[in-house]
Amino acid sequence: MKARVALALLLLAGAAAATEMNPPQQSSDASGMSALDLRLKRLEGDLRCLVCQNQTLADSNAELAADLRREVRELAVSGKSDEEIKAYLVARYGDFVLYDPPVEPLTWMLWFGPFALLVVGGTVWWIVLRRRERLASSAASPSGANSAEQARKLLDDGDG
Amino acid sequence: MTKALRWAIPLAIFIVLVAFLWVGLGRDPRQVPSPLIDKPAPAFRLSKLQTPDETLASGDLRGTVWLLNVWASWCVSCRVEHPLLVQLAQQNVVPVYGLDYKDQPDDGRAWLAQHGNPYTASIVDRDGRVGIDYGVYGVPETFVIDKTGIIRYKQIGPLTEEVLQGRILPLVRELQR
Repeated sequence: MKARVALALLLLAGAAAATEMNPPQQSSDASGMSALDLRLKRLEGDLRCLVCQNQTLADSNAELAADLRREVRELAVSGKSDEEIKAYLVARYGDFVLYDPPVEPLTWMLWFGPFALLVVGGTVWWIVLRRRERLASSAASPSGANSAEQARKLLDDGDG
Repeated sequence: MTKALRWAIPLAIFIVLVAFLWVGLGRDPRQVPSPLIDKPAPAFRLSKLQTPDETLASGDLRGTVWLLNVWASWCVSCRVEHPLLVQLAQQNVVPVYGLDYKDQPDDGRAWLAQHGNPYTASIVDRDGRVGIDYGVYGVPETFVIDKTGIIRYKQIGPLTEEVLQGRILPLVRELQR
């Protein structure tokens, strides 16, 4: 247990330092916005940078992201479709590069989980509402002397 | 609904949540599972670091179990795992080939001269294309490749004694049989 906690902390601390991906030299490319540029911009917005994992390929300054943008550009120039380019990256880096993961048994929880939770929550809500309604209606029409007795007793207690 | 159930249901939901978080936080988000496991190692033909006139192709290594270690002179954590590789090379159990990733060949040679050269050969991936084919995103990385050229294991980040003794070497022995 303790070891597990220590390991988790260690992994968190070490995650940033353990691997690196930035050779010293920087590459930059100047770009005017052509139709190709716009298409690439859109496509790169759907792809995740592996190094800084919460950035898109378009936004990332990591060296690998620059290399992958170069690769994507060359594929696009050579006439590959967006789907083919995505398939090229998925074959190398896995579904993780896609911001929209494909619908498959492994990702069913991800895609349908929220709706399942909504259905469960809605059902519980409905049951609770119905029970309350029933309670309210049975309280409004007290049946028999027993509940009348109880009510009087409560009122007396309140006065006392 | 009985009183017990009224307690049990939120408690069950809470336990499930804790279990998910427990497992989720125990994972390293940098360890992205590679789709290349159990797939053929991508082909390459690159010139060798020490003898630039010669090339090494992935096909040359058919019939041997080998390790591909992705390293670079600019990679600080490569220094952490390097002594392990040097030690491994002395034991002579499995050939280790190096992929000098996005590095100046001169820097790479100087680095090996300084820290020791455990590699049967290192090849130079100047522009990182072979690295992309191998899905490299965090140097160092180490691949175990079997006799038929299939990738059997991938280590992301520095090798450790545990990984080497516990996972890689047993796998290598099994594949060498």
